[in-house]
Amino acid sequence: MAEPALGVAGLVKSFGALKATDGVDLQLNAGEIHALIGPNGAGKSTLIGQIAGTLRPDRGEIRLYGRDVTHLDASGRSRLGVARTFQVSSLVDEFSALRNVMLAVQGRSRTSYRFIRNVMNDRTLVDPAREALDRVGLSKRADVPASELSHGERRQLEIAVALALGPKVFLLDEPMAGMGPDGSRALTGFLHRLREEAPILLVEHDMDAVFALADRVSVLVYGRVVASGTVDEIRNDPVVREAYLGEPAA
Amino acid sequence: MGASMPVSREAVVSLTLILALLAGALIAQASGETFYVTLATRIAILALAATGLNLALGLGGLVSFGHAAFFGIGGYACGILAIHAYNGEPMILGLPGTQTMPVIWLAALVASGLVAVAIGALSLRTSGVYFIMITLAFAQMIYYFAISWPAYGGEDGLSIFVRDNFPGVNTLKPLPFFLICFALLAAGLFFFGLVRDSRFGAALQAARQNPVRVAALGMAPFRIRLVAFVLSAMMTGVAGALYVDLNRFVSPSMLSWQMSGELIVLVVLGGTGRLAGPLAGAALYVLFEFLLGGMTERWQFFLGLILLLVVLFARGGVVGLLAGRARHG
Ligand SMILES: Nc1ncnc2c1ncn2[C@@H]1O[C@H](COP(=O)(O)OP(=O)(O)OP(=O)(O)O)[C@@H](O)[C@H]1O
Ligand SMILES: [Mg+2]
Repeated sequence: MAEPALGVAGLVKSFGALKATDGVDLQLNAGEIHALIGPNGAGKSTLIGQIAGTLRPDRGEIRLYGRDVTHLDASGRSRLGVARTFQVSSLVDEFSALRNVMLAVQGRSRTSYRFIRNVMNDRTLVDPAREALDRVGLSKRADVPASELSHGERRQLEIAVALALGPKVFLLDEPMAGMGPDGSRALTGFLHRLREEAPILLVEHDMDAVFALADRVSVLVYGRVVASGTVDEIRNDPVVREAYLGEPAA
Repeated sequence: MGASMPVSREAVVSLTLILALLAGALIAQASGETFYVTLATRIAILALAATGLNLALGLGGLVSFGHAAFFGIGGYACGILAIHAYNGEPMILGLPGTQTMPVIWLAALVASGLVAVAIGALSLRTSGVYFIMITLAFAQMIYYFAISWPAYGGEDGLSIFVRDNFPGVNTLKPLPFFLICFALLAAGLFFFGLVRDSRFGAALQAARQNPVRVAALGMAPFRIRLVAFVLSAMMTGVAGALYVDLNRFVSPSMLSWQMSGELIVLVVLGGTGRLAGPLAGAALYVLFEFLLGGMTERWQFFLGLILLLVVLFARGGVVGLLAGRARHG
């Protein structure tokens, strides 16, 4: 495919004097997992926020399959096929797990201005939502309010919600965080297959997962991409080892 | 799914409260105590007004401190149409007045809806305390406009002398008029229930809890809230028209900030976001006013005390106490 799924060019974002994003160029191609790693505070979540449309960049451009989406807000970008998960799970807490996913199905189908039919009897919402819950292994907890789910279950629900959007691009902000070793391993297997559905920009601190999954890795430090390449290239890059993996240059 | 859901305790509580209001009015009528029929009518009308607010406040989390504007606009729509029909003088644009209730209600719906589009479009860009203050400010502007508008009574308000009519019903008698108000309240509650359980309601309630998530799902919280705000205002507007027919009088006090506060009190007292919350709140409020108002000028003090207890200890209001916590499928 000629156009990358996602193209970020010359992106800049400052919080006061702090340059959280400092001239970032990044591409995500169809069928790939592109991992974004970097130390705490490097600006990974800030970058995800700008791509998802919740944060406005000061400068630069974001393209989705060639189309300039920089001027669109978060809901506009979601409608074009950007699905993001939040580093800190961000769900509708009073709603059950099922209803959280149903809301995503509803958002995807753009049918929020219907006033009559009871959503719980609406199979066009319930069935796809159950399917998404099933895929992440959360079916048994479908009727539990999101606020009463465990931390790991909330992370799974975030993924189910993203799946239900049927997106063209996934932005996953630390999906493994706090999942435990078993959870991480299961999710790694899941993401491995998910890239067939849509490419994934994956922010992750879990290096085992990153090295197992990523087709490409970019390293972000102080808002700049200091290195970008295959897993092997990144592993052996002396700058990366020093700046991020915390080892002295060989 | 698809299996029939068990009837919730909340549904039972709601139905009981609604039937109790109807039974109360019928019993009062049968025992010749028409004053109590009027009291029940007042409850029905205030409950309808507060059910309108409950759509915005309860489902949407939009703490409008300006809903008296819509109550009053509905009231003035009624008063103005009725007085012109009474004098036979045409209104602006040469339109005739009318004393037919359904036409008046339509006018109240349209007028309050249009004003709500304008107020909502501006105020919904803010949130929290700013939203409260801006809705209050708009309502105050309309209040002062009404005061300084001598054509319709200014500060003194406007009497409409005879109650408006409804085809085939003698509205001058207390019970038929109560039944009209009761029917509209029932319709309002039915509509509230539909909206709450619909896709729109899901989006609205989700936008209250987590607007960032809602936007990430491709929905626009602002537009959803605006639609809810307008629907909410329209319902409160129709209640305003009924209120004027009940009292045969409309005055700027219907537009006052005290009225806005009273509507919020009704909702919170009864149970924010609960179907029958506004009805429970209105019943409690009117009965309190009647029972204690006769004994002491300070009945509002006791009302405040109850409100304080509700806010501190019973977040779900009266309905919460009776039916337990709200369920969300
Ligand atoms: N809304 C904000 N206002 C001011 N500063 C912010 C804001 N959001 C983020 N920052 C700052 O920008 C920098 C980048 O933050 P960001 O959350 O993007 O880092 P991150 O790479 O995701 O870190 P982590 O690995 O801890 O999640 C940090 O210094 C952070 O304090
Ligand atoms: Mg982060």
